[in-house]
Amino acid sequence: MAKNDYTYAVARIRAREGKLLSASFLEQLVSAPDCDSCIRLLREKGWGDKDGEAPFELLSKERERLWELMEELVGDLSVFNVFLYGNDYHNLKAAIKETCMDVHLPGIYISHGTVDPEVIQTAVSKKLFSELPSTMQTPARTAYETLLTTHDGQLCDVILDRAALTAVYQAGKDSGNEFLALYGELTVAAADIKIAYRALRTGKEPDFLTQALVPCDSLDLPSLIEASGKGRKGLSEYLKTTAYGKGTDALDVSCSAFERWCDNLLIQRIRPQLHVPFGLGPLAAYILARENEIKSVRIILSGKINHLPEESLRERVRETYV
Amino acid sequence: MEIMENLGVLLALLGAVLAALVAGIGSAVGVGMSGEAAAGVVTEDPTLFSKVLVLQLLPGTQGIYGLLIGFVTLTQIGIMGGSSEISIIKGLLYLVACLPMAFVGYKSAIRQARASVASIGLVAKRPDQFGKAMIFPAMVETYAILALLISILAIFGIQGLPV
Repeated sequence: MAKNDYTYAVARIRAREGKLLSASFLEQLVSAPDCDSCIRLLREKGWGDKDGEAPFELLSKERERLWELMEELVGDLSVFNVFLYGNDYHNLKAAIKETCMDVHLPGIYISHGTVDPEVIQTAVSKKLFSELPSTMQTPARTAYETLLTTHDGQLCDVILDRAALTAVYQAGKDSGNEFLALYGELTVAAADIKIAYRALRTGKEPDFLTQALVPCDSLDLPSLIEASGKGRKGLSEYLKTTAYGKGTDALDVSCSAFERWCDNLLIQRIRPQLHVPFGLGPLAAYILARENEIKSVRIILSGKINHLPEESLRERVRETYV
Repeated sequence: MEIMENLGVLLALLGAVLAALVAGIGSAVGVGMSGEAAAGVVTEDPTLFSKVLVLQLLPGTQGIYGLLIGFVTLTQIGIMGGSSEISIIKGLLYLVACLPMAFVGYKSAIRQARASVASIGLVAKRPDQFGKAMIFPAMVETYAILALLISILAIFGIQGLPV
């Protein structure tokens, strides 16, 4: 049997899929009177591992559990690099800002990247960029020097976000797995559309878009830049000619509504993996499903803490995988 | 030329060995594959052990059928006792008669294992659907049984042929 059949791992995931949060459970959370009630409901579902855990600590714990399970199932997590590069670049961003601003902010680094956060922190603080993986060296140096000389945090973010998206896209392509390639494609396309939309709203020059956008198969960047220059209507018209035409309604509402539409699109595209008995696809789909439900729970808990109305939470909660 | 004198029995023995060997390999691969899936499910929910065990064992039957064909052939050609004087033509016929079980057994065991793995996934999610989950891999068994039937009929039919 081929090594990449992951028969044992997929069977374990199949058994766990039944424990994923359903749409009706999320509705229960939304209807709960406060954050404590939500935590109680989540505990009944097996979330968290000790009483008195802070709400967001509980979410981090769930993320830790997810990646511990994946490590146990596949051994070498590099097969999921497409999901991990984002964490590396988040940590790189945090390290650069921490170093340039000469402050120490606890808890800003996230685990489960391809590089240890400590290595990133040390490399940036000592300006030893060569200690970073080769693909991170140039963006790290450029972003660091840009922030130091211009104090423009946004420009620094643009450089690192572009590098992160390029890494995710390339990892998807290099994986040789159709599903991971689709994830890379959708991630980059959604990010490009959001960047174009924000640039349109803030009146950025086309040069900015040329710097920020990342090429992908499903979007034609020159057309996207041109459409963005024509205003919201122009952007919608261009998007209607692409695979993301249905998202224009959401984009007309707000950028966060479009973000939700993109997340839902991803969940819809990964759902066929529920019926696939072999391969990396069902495992990758489970990771996305878990990350997605953690995101929904985070939105609900934040909403409860900030006393947002239920209706507003319902609009933000993502579609579920099961 | 002793080999030529015994070529008939040699060919018949080759058939018996192929039936047991090839179908047995298929079953070993199949039971191993579905065993991996079964172990995965039991890791998460040990109460499903008996259900997934049945599904794991389904691809094992082809190996048993192969053994049966091998055994019957050995009996017919006198290796298990009696006379083993088999003409070359008869030996060749025994060899050909064993092939359906060998090849169909191998392929059907592996395809049945894939169906079993999918059904084990179904049971993991919906244990109450065990009955239906059993049917999908069991359908593949039909073709192994057909091959067994044709091999058995052919082996018993060869004995009475005047060749």
